[in-house]
Amino acid sequence: MANLTLIQAVNDGLRTAMSADPTVCVFGEDVGPKGGVFLATEGLTKEFGKNRCFDTPLSEDGIVGAAIGMAMNGLRPVAEIQFQDFIFPAFDQIVSEAAKLRYRSGGQYTAPMVIRTPFGGGIRGGLYHSQSGEAYFCHTPGLKVVVPSTPYDAKGLLIASIQDPDPVLFLEPKALYRKIKGEVPEGEYTVDLSTLRMVREGGDVTVFCYGAMVAVCEEAARTAAESGIETEIVDLRTLLPLDEDGVIEAAKRTGRVVVVHEAPRFCGFGAEISAMIAERCIEYMEAPVARVAGFDTPFPNTLEHHYLPDARRVLDAIERTARY
Amino acid sequence: MTSTSPLSVIEPDGSVNGHVTSLSKDELMRCYRAMIMVRVFDEICLKLQRSGRIDFSIPNLGVEATQVGAASALRASDWFFPSYRDFGMALYHGVEPVEMMHNMFGNERDTAKGRQMPVHFSFVDPIHFVSISSPIGTHIPQAVGAAYAMQQRGEDTVAICSFGDGGTSSLGFHSGLNFAGVWKSPVVFLCQNNGYAISCPSDEQTASDGYAVKGEAYGIPGVTVDGNDLLAVHQVVADAVARARAGDGPTLIEAKTFRMGGHSTSDDPTRYVPAELVEEWKAKDPVDRFERYLQSRGLVEPDSRAQFHAEARTRIDAAVKEAQAAADPGLETIFSDVYAEIPAHLRAQGQEAYDLAARKGDAAAGDGSFPL
Repeated sequence: MANLTLIQAVNDGLRTAMSADPTVCVFGEDVGPKGGVFLATEGLTKEFGKNRCFDTPLSEDGIVGAAIGMAMNGLRPVAEIQFQDFIFPAFDQIVSEAAKLRYRSGGQYTAPMVIRTPFGGGIRGGLYHSQSGEAYFCHTPGLKVVVPSTPYDAKGLLIASIQDPDPVLFLEPKALYRKIKGEVPEGEYTVDLSTLRMVREGGDVTVFCYGAMVAVCEEAARTAAESGIETEIVDLRTLLPLDEDGVIEAAKRTGRVVVVHEAPRFCGFGAEISAMIAERCIEYMEAPVARVAGFDTPFPNTLEHHYLPDARRVLDAIERTARY
Repeated sequence: MTSTSPLSVIEPDGSVNGHVTSLSKDELMRCYRAMIMVRVFDEICLKLQRSGRIDFSIPNLGVEATQVGAASALRASDWFFPSYRDFGMALYHGVEPVEMMHNMFGNERDTAKGRQMPVHFSFVDPIHFVSISSPIGTHIPQAVGAAYAMQQRGEDTVAICSFGDGGTSSLGFHSGLNFAGVWKSPVVFLCQNNGYAISCPSDEQTASDGYAVKGEAYGIPGVTVDGNDLLAVHQVVADAVARARAGDGPTLIEAKTFRMGGHSTSDDPTRYVPAELVEEWKAKDPVDRFERYLQSRGLVEPDSRAQFHAEARTRIDAAVKEAQAAADPGLETIFSDVYAEIPAHLRAQGQEAYDLAARKGDAAAGDGSFPL
């Protein structure tokens, strides 16, 4: 065991996967000798050579398009998109190509690949270094969307994603990169995709969250406990395919649900959770589902601390839902 | 670095000014038969579409020499990243017409399991003819990625990536050629300039002097060739393949040709192509021209074309019968192949679809249980 930050766990996960499987290649903008703008790929070019960890031209479409070709011809590409905000030139490659290749070829061609990208706010990155675009991708059958929130999960989910036979969008909460540390086993282990993580048990309110919001929700839950409200926190950690049965079970346990994410509320992931609960277990519900989300605005810079859900906003929703 | 004067070998009378092709007699005849096969396949598909038996088709009339000439310069172990107007490459390399016809009908034997429109073929045998996508140019960086895997394993295979003149305006053209230039990828980029991107003529597609010149900015040599001249196309593609196999990187080839039909069966080209232009290109018909060359070498008899045409017709008629008789894909194919393993929510939706079909008495429901 080592005590690692989340970014160190990502680096460890990449190194572990590359050591175990010579077909794993890591590439993207500035990921080579520099090691990436957040240093996720630090040391990998030196250790594995520049055929396996390398810089690419500044073209997200090219990075993902090339990754698809590599994947269909026997490699296991792990492409980095420097910030999730810059992924949109590759949207066509992800949505029209990687996600549909298996389907449209009847399984003759597949794209087992990972696209890693830092997402979310909290680093004063303004409009274009802060967004949470998961909802765009969760609307895409054929794609998997994974979001770790701890160093342990970051490594285990990343290795599982690299081994997965389908394309995975791996969204890394950049606000947590150096903010949290945790015990991370050495060597290879995996965390199963499409499983939930029970962060905290509590019988009054269930909070669903993921990524950087997990720590925010934990803080809110601690404060709520001081006034006698016991909060269960569920880290969704794979958004697509989601463990829907697990979500419904958790919702039924308390009958009171809060969903928290950084992304804008309208058509956000919380809407899906809310609709799912309405469809499958509304008779268990004691209160309306509350959503705490980013505002339906672009992401502001100076006032990002007002835009991002914080413990105060989450606590407010927990209290309202508990008292309803 | 760029040659903009197109290489042309076969004169209108079939003579070749001393050009010695590397194609053997057998290969020449294989090209000839493949071009005729493309033409017959098109004729039959057009009739099937007009009579409402298939939804859609993409005609190839006029561009057969580019497809087949290029295919004849590649090995079966190479990878093909085709556009939707390239199935002559598949036929040349021995893909059975019936396999293609299953796709035209979208039946249960279609490799794409009826999920794609007709003409969106996917084959892995006998060649890697990569699943065709409708968005334009997305396959260009993918070909470069597949070629990267070849390079990394030290293989001597190459990828050919084919697209139209309109494709050169796509994002994928820029990113793909840029990556290939930097990586010295073993890729042959074949731009089939057939004059129109659906209805948009070349002078509204680009201000550059043709398309081959576009390679220059990426550090990629550009070559222009007469796309209606099978020997010339074979020659330039063979040269480009040799460069790629030798590790000297990619080539951009512009084949100047002309689509003598519509973009698809949904298109009426008389709305935008001047009639005199069609007449002009009819005189350069690639099959007639190649035939005159074969005649000049004594390789074909006066009735060879009719004979090959009849043989192709028999084969493709049989393919139509077989494909038409095959059943629709099972209802479960809506839900399979989305992921390697079917996730719980798709299993639930699949069962829902079966339940509804069973309640409505639809035969697609089988015994009502979702089989996956």
